Amino acid sequence: MNNRDMSYEAVMSRKNEIMKASLGIDFDDFIHSPITFDYERMMGETGYTHDDIARIQHETKVGNTPLFELHNLTRAVRRISPPGKGARIFLKDEAANASGSFKARRASISAYEAAAKGYRGMIAATSGNYGAAVASQAVQRGLKAIVIQEVFDSRGVGQPEIIEKGRKCEAYGAEVLKLSVGPELFYLLLRTLEETHYFNASLYTPFGIRGVESLGLEIAQQVREECGQDPDVVVITHAGGGNLTGTARGLLAAGCDDTRIVACSVDLSGLHMASDRDFNRKSFTTGHTGFGVPFATWPDRVDVPRNAARSLRYMDEYQLVTQGEVFYVTELLTKIEGIERGPAGNTSLTAAITLARQMDQDQVVVVQETEYTGAGKHHNSQLSFARENGIEVRRGDPEESVPGQSIVIPERLEQVRGKVQDMERLRNSYLKNAANHHPVDQWDEIDISFLAADLKANEDWIRQRISTLGA
Amino acid sequence: MTKILAGTWVEVEKIILTPEERAPTLPEETKKVPYVLNVSGVLLEDAEVGSPARIRTMIGRELDGILKTVNPSYTHSFGTVVPELLDIGLGEDV
Repeated sequence: MNNRDMSYEAVMSRKNEIMKASLGIDFDDFIHSPITFDYERMMGETGYTHDDIARIQHETKVGNTPLFELHNLTRAVRRISPPGKGARIFLKDEAANASGSFKARRASISAYEAAAKGYRGMIAATSGNYGAAVASQAVQRGLKAIVIQEVFDSRGVGQPEIIEKGRKCEAYGAEVLKLSVGPELFYLLLRTLEETHYFNASLYTPFGIRGVESLGLEIAQQVREECGQDPDVVVITHAGGGNLTGTARGLLAAGCDDTRIVACSVDLSGLHMASDRDFNRKSFTTGHTGFGVPFATWPDRVDVPRNAARSLRYMDEYQLVTQGEVFYVTELLTKIEGIERGPAGNTSLTAAITLARQMDQDQVVVVQETEYTGAGKHHNSQLSFARENGIEVRRGDPEESVPGQSIVIPERLEQVRGKVQDMERLRNSYLKNAANHHPVDQWDEIDISFLAADLKANEDWIRQRISTLGA
Repeated sequence: MTKILAGTWVEVEKIILTPEERAPTLPEETKKVPYVLNVSGVLLEDAEVGSPARIRTMIGRELDGILKTVNPSYTHSFGTVVPELLDIGLGEDV
């Protein structure tokens, strides 16, 4: 420790120097303006080929997970679909990775990089599966791990799912800093990076996202082998955007140019993510709109100067599902497909049911992840906890549910419908955020070209929108 | 008060930011409570519950806090049965 000012404001103001020291990436090198940077060059300069990534991941028990066809679920969906409809549903069983989720892919390259650069340990601020992934990958590379988690409210109460995630990190020998509710997680991350000189295993570095590309590549290869075609749709649970970005980049690298990339989040609208009161009134700790929407509409709100996870760059469609629908589908997967998997990973499976009903029977929809399950991390734990916290739990039409007040579990598969998020609204919201960071009258051609790429839109559309942004 | 012996697995608590020191933009109910850290490790010197203590964490770092829990354990479970789930996927339900 030294005599530096450790107040909230002082530590936050040292953000850039701390980041540079803890990542070995000079982001200034890629930045053109407050909104624009050379994204592809930043991703490319990680220096890893897809073969390197596959080899590194194989060394630490990551990747090559099975792709299963869900025959019984597909049949069940066809029974409630119009004639000729009901696409084949496939599931990429990411629970088979070391630490039980796709997040191992995301941590693996960071751990390799940290060890190669001579760091003694790595740190991540996360309440998700990523903590266990960092801990598991770190131990395999001979590194120490610190995981900073938001765990409990001011009563000291935590959701069973988050408690379990903390347990898993400690099981792999990590130090777990367990915190009360608040965005100051980032402050403690900076402080701890400064104290330890460890590697910043942020979720949003180019290393993290490049590590997920292997997931898209494997899906392309496995679907081609199994079905003799490219996947028509890949559904991806969306929170911070890394899962979607990495998978989509992998699919594109494999040449799946026509595969539709569908994001899916649990609809938690109305609940405040930094609220001590709302914290335990939600039954999903990630994969929900509380992260999915803000991260899509302004990716650079994260713990690195520029975010490598940029979901709107790749997203074709965004499906919303209710908590009750996901719990129903999680139970259904167990009972008719004979596999138990954690609820958060089944968010995209829920949307896949809605999508498959609209698609032809010879089409292929891929649910691109599962996660492990067990005590705490189980839909029964979460529902039981919700009920103890005054949330109404009942069967009925999921449309009647109100996040934070009720969870309505469908009575029948037909009631699993989800709904579509308006993409135009998301793109407009992103542009408003961009205008707040960099006045529209200062946007140049490079900015417009970047925004078009970042929103999967064309430059003319961006120019048309400028007039409405107060230029 | 009972003395907890050095070498015991414990959890300490520490206030990281008081309500006044917290981030500027927080909902009211979050702003009025302190930002609190709990962390587990091996107690380095004998101490009493509720008094200052120093621990060595799983990775060997030494941290200070107020001794809160002795032998902190994980007791999370599958919860009490949720009857609403039981008939999903059975018989004609699908």
